[in-house]
Amino acid sequence: MNSRAKNAAQRSLSVRRVFCYIFLILLTFLSLFSFYILVINATRSHPDIQKGFSFLPGKSLIFNLKNLFTNQNLPVLSSLRNSLFISACTALVGTYFSAMTAFGIHAYNFRFKKFAFAFIMMVMLVPTQVSALGFVRLMSTMGLRNSFIPLILPSVAAPIVFFFMKQYMESTLPIEIIEAARIDGSNEFHTFNRIVLPIMKPAMAVQAIFMFVASWNNYFMPALLLDSSNKKTLPILIAQLRSADFMKFDMGQVYTLVAIAIVPVIIVYLLLSKFIVRGVALGSVKG
Amino acid sequence: MDEKGSPRKKSRSISYGKWGYLFIAPFFLAYLVFSLIPLISTFYNSFFERYMVGLDLIGPTFVGLENYYSLFTQGDFSKYLSNTFIIWILGFVPQLLVSLLLAAWFTDLRLRLRASGFFKTVIYMPNLIMAAAFSMLFYTIFADAGPVNSVLMSMGMESPYRFLANIGSTRGLIALMNFLMWYGNTTILLMAAIMGIDPSLFEAAQIDGASSPQIFRQVTLPLIKPILIYVMITSLIGGIQMFDVPQILTNGNGNPNRTSMTLVMYLNKHLFSENFGMGGAVSVILFLISAVLSLIVFYSFTGKMQRGGNKA
Amino acid sequence: MKMHKRILAFAMVSLMLILTITACGSNQTPNAANPAPSSQGGEPSSETPPASASDKTLRIFAWNEEFQSRFNDYFIKPGKLPADIQVEWVITPNENNAYQNKLDAELRNQDSSDNKIDIFLIEADYAAKYVDTDYSLDVKADVGLTDADLKDQYKYTQEIVTNTSGKLKGVTWQATPGLFAYRRSIAKDVLGTDDPAEVQKYLSDWDKFNEIAVKMNAKGYRMLSGYDDSYRTFANNISAPWVDANDVIRVDENMFRWVDQTKDYTDKGYNNKTALWAPEWGADQGPEGKVFGFFYSTWGINFTLLGNSLAVPLAEGGKAEVGNGIYGDYAVCEGPESYYWGGTWICAAKGSDNIDLVREVMLTLTSDAATMKQITLDTEDYTNNQAAMTEIANSDYQSAFLGGQNHIKMFAAAAPNIDMSNISKYDQGMTEEFQKSFKDYFDGNVSREEALENFYTAVIEKYPNLKKPA
Repeated sequence: MNSRAKNAAQRSLSVRRVFCYIFLILLTFLSLFSFYILVINATRSHPDIQKGFSFLPGKSLIFNLKNLFTNQNLPVLSSLRNSLFISACTALVGTYFSAMTAFGIHAYNFRFKKFAFAFIMMVMLVPTQVSALGFVRLMSTMGLRNSFIPLILPSVAAPIVFFFMKQYMESTLPIEIIEAARIDGSNEFHTFNRIVLPIMKPAMAVQAIFMFVASWNNYFMPALLLDSSNKKTLPILIAQLRSADFMKFDMGQVYTLVAIAIVPVIIVYLLLSKFIVRGVALGSVKG
Repeated sequence: MDEKGSPRKKSRSISYGKWGYLFIAPFFLAYLVFSLIPLISTFYNSFFERYMVGLDLIGPTFVGLENYYSLFTQGDFSKYLSNTFIIWILGFVPQLLVSLLLAAWFTDLRLRLRASGFFKTVIYMPNLIMAAAFSMLFYTIFADAGPVNSVLMSMGMESPYRFLANIGSTRGLIALMNFLMWYGNTTILLMAAIMGIDPSLFEAAQIDGASSPQIFRQVTLPLIKPILIYVMITSLIGGIQMFDVPQILTNGNGNPNRTSMTLVMYLNKHLFSENFGMGGAVSVILFLISAVLSLIVFYSFTGKMQRGGNKA
Repeated sequence: MKMHKRILAFAMVSLMLILTITACGSNQTPNAANPAPSSQGGEPSSETPPASASDKTLRIFAWNEEFQSRFNDYFIKPGKLPADIQVEWVITPNENNAYQNKLDAELRNQDSSDNKIDIFLIEADYAAKYVDTDYSLDVKADVGLTDADLKDQYKYTQEIVTNTSGKLKGVTWQATPGLFAYRRSIAKDVLGTDDPAEVQKYLSDWDKFNEIAVKMNAKGYRMLSGYDDSYRTFANNISAPWVDANDVIRVDENMFRWVDQTKDYTDKGYNNKTALWAPEWGADQGPEGKVFGFFYSTWGINFTLLGNSLAVPLAEGGKAEVGNGIYGDYAVCEGPESYYWGGTWICAAKGSDNIDLVREVMLTLTSDAATMKQITLDTEDYTNNQAAMTEIANSDYQSAFLGGQNHIKMFAAAAPNIDMSNISKYDQGMTEEFQKSFKDYFDGNVSREEALENFYTAVIEKYPNLKKPA
């Protein structure tokens, strides 16, 4: 290549780069604007919010926080703990068992394999909403009201996560690896835990985040199942605050509690997102 | 699928087959207990008249296909179906295009974008807020006295544009929210797929003198097809099950004139009276629609992929 | 490479675990309000709350904490709760109908339950749903309150919870008559007077009200803020229930008067197209507002309207005094029709094993004049006791916010006129769907006929037994 062509290529690359940045900054603005509004409104008092929108923060953050934490019916801290526990368990249980199911379908041949796969694909398509009331009735008869079990264990059967794992295995997990392990005398379960799981790590990290967030933000099911005040999760408290009676109805508090609710998710996400990017990078540089 | 293996391997596989059952057992056990029993009752109930009037139970009376009949004759079902698809497509098409573009940029070694870590982190953030809170915030932003209208008014508009009183803007806002909530997610998935591609393929293409767009079309796209299928199908199912965002933004009614009422919002209407008959019928139809569409997507893509795979 | 991956996996899993464990460990007991200590380490536990017998537990269902604070302050504090009784609150937010779903499910299981509901709370909009069933006990025959106990309660608060065979099924501690709160300065500007009695003469029926709306518009003001502001004054005064004996929906002429008036106001710019509780609606009540007045109920004046009227909010050091925003510029008058808005009723659940205690709760919190008066003095909530309220009304009580007016006197005069004999168990759904369906009409998206059609569709979705009029 001569130097002029090289320069031209360089220039067109810079033009592309500028275009990329403009586009990315626009998207960043769109993505962060609602967070900005949330933070601004969390610092404003209810009447102030009622009066209309403001780009500048108010001075009521401390006031809102104090109201939240002194309210005896809003166990903010214990609900943070409950949400964290349920979401972390859901993410762990869900990714582990989904990888396991995907491995079972991916690596073995058995009579009902095709049926099993087709079955999972079909149930993936079923909207969850309609069986909700039936589910709650069933859980009540099993004595699992006010228990975290019906919120965590169903994630063992997470068809969408399974499907992702299965797709990922198809592109990254050659059967030869498993056969090599067998020749080395590795037990199948051991192979799965020691050889397959590490290969699946980027996929598991991505899905763990998705599951964590989905579980963290879930309102409908916990609201129907949990009622004792030390078992409640954050979305329930937010709904409780939003339907407060007229004398205590306070949008400032609602926004502040929403802000409190998303901070831990953002922290978990910021921590894990580094692992994901690095994990993805490691996965691509195959030794 | 294609890992059936050659006959030589088959004899080995049989002895390991029981492990397959063992590995998928927890899934099926959990599914049976937590989903299948409630689900079967849903399907079963769609053949009955059963609802609550206040605290009194009406039925259950077996009515055959009457629920399905009234669904199509008086329920405006097709209207809600088309609402759902219009809103889904409005959000999904830009989502897929933007995500592909971003994934290509972020993985393009020649482009070397600075601060890409920052952007990668930021684009996923809207997904972290709960849909209900996100809707609430959008409601604030696009309110008659919200920031968007105050900018529009300062630019010379006379009266505020009433976003939620107009069909196009209401659907557009729901689509925009769906887009914002999911484009980061899709980008991460696509990036993971692209980075999983053997780098020597890119190097070979570069040595052959292919440009970035060429490499993207002819190397990257065919190789990330499994993940593209995943994205398509999950988004399709997510779209068909769209609920929280329009529910809260339009106060549960799909206004204006029910043009932003989605299928699951309609389903939710029947849950108010625990109308398991009609609700069950809606779910069965929902299930059939999703199944047909997903199978079309799945087979049209895997068919092509296998042809491409043979070529390589 | 392999090493790295393993470290990564380990790091990720331990991060998750650490997060979980630290979160569980550190915040162990800051919450003194929780009677039952949370399980160690946070592992899921399926144990049910205290294993006490059902007759030693007073189990109360509610959707918010309002009644809980009344109960704590005026029943537990004076020492009326027996020492061996535990109170269990089950508070489920209203959102997405969750409260009623949960309550209904438990009421239906009441017979076989070993932890029976004793008290549940209901709102007026769906009161009849519970009142018309056996799940609520007769306050007189079953619970044991006498006519003498109930004589000072406002009649409309009893009409709402009286079933078709005349049995009283609930009681409430508050009365919530509605009034029209207007801006004194605007009244002076347009009508030449800000005196409540004089202003009332201009607004005493809907025709006069509409005439004033024209005058307001001519001077650059708006009569009302949003579509639904006047809804309840019309809906409270329908001539027959929403549904007739054959389950046919019946839209009262009065509702069409609301529709036509609101459409007229909207098209001519007499209102500001806002929605109740929206920020624009709140802003219209503040210093920048150009709206003449708002239909408001007892609870709304001192809490919502006052807060919205200030330029510097209380939370930011603003004082509730003349000079801060438009404090002192509001006054109240009866308005064109009497109506009520809001309120919570206490019901005794069938199968309750604490009837005597429930009776004590009802007596203390809804019939005891001294307690009722104290609640009003402490919280400014308007309580359901005519004697106590008349006493305050005839005192020299003045509201600085309302420019020195004694609004309790106004409420005391308005409350006995409320007539709620046409309430039905469908009111909640009817109110919601009627407002939502006709919003499209006001916005200009559909015709009046289409809006009515959408209303029928939406209501029949909610109540499948109902039929459209032929």
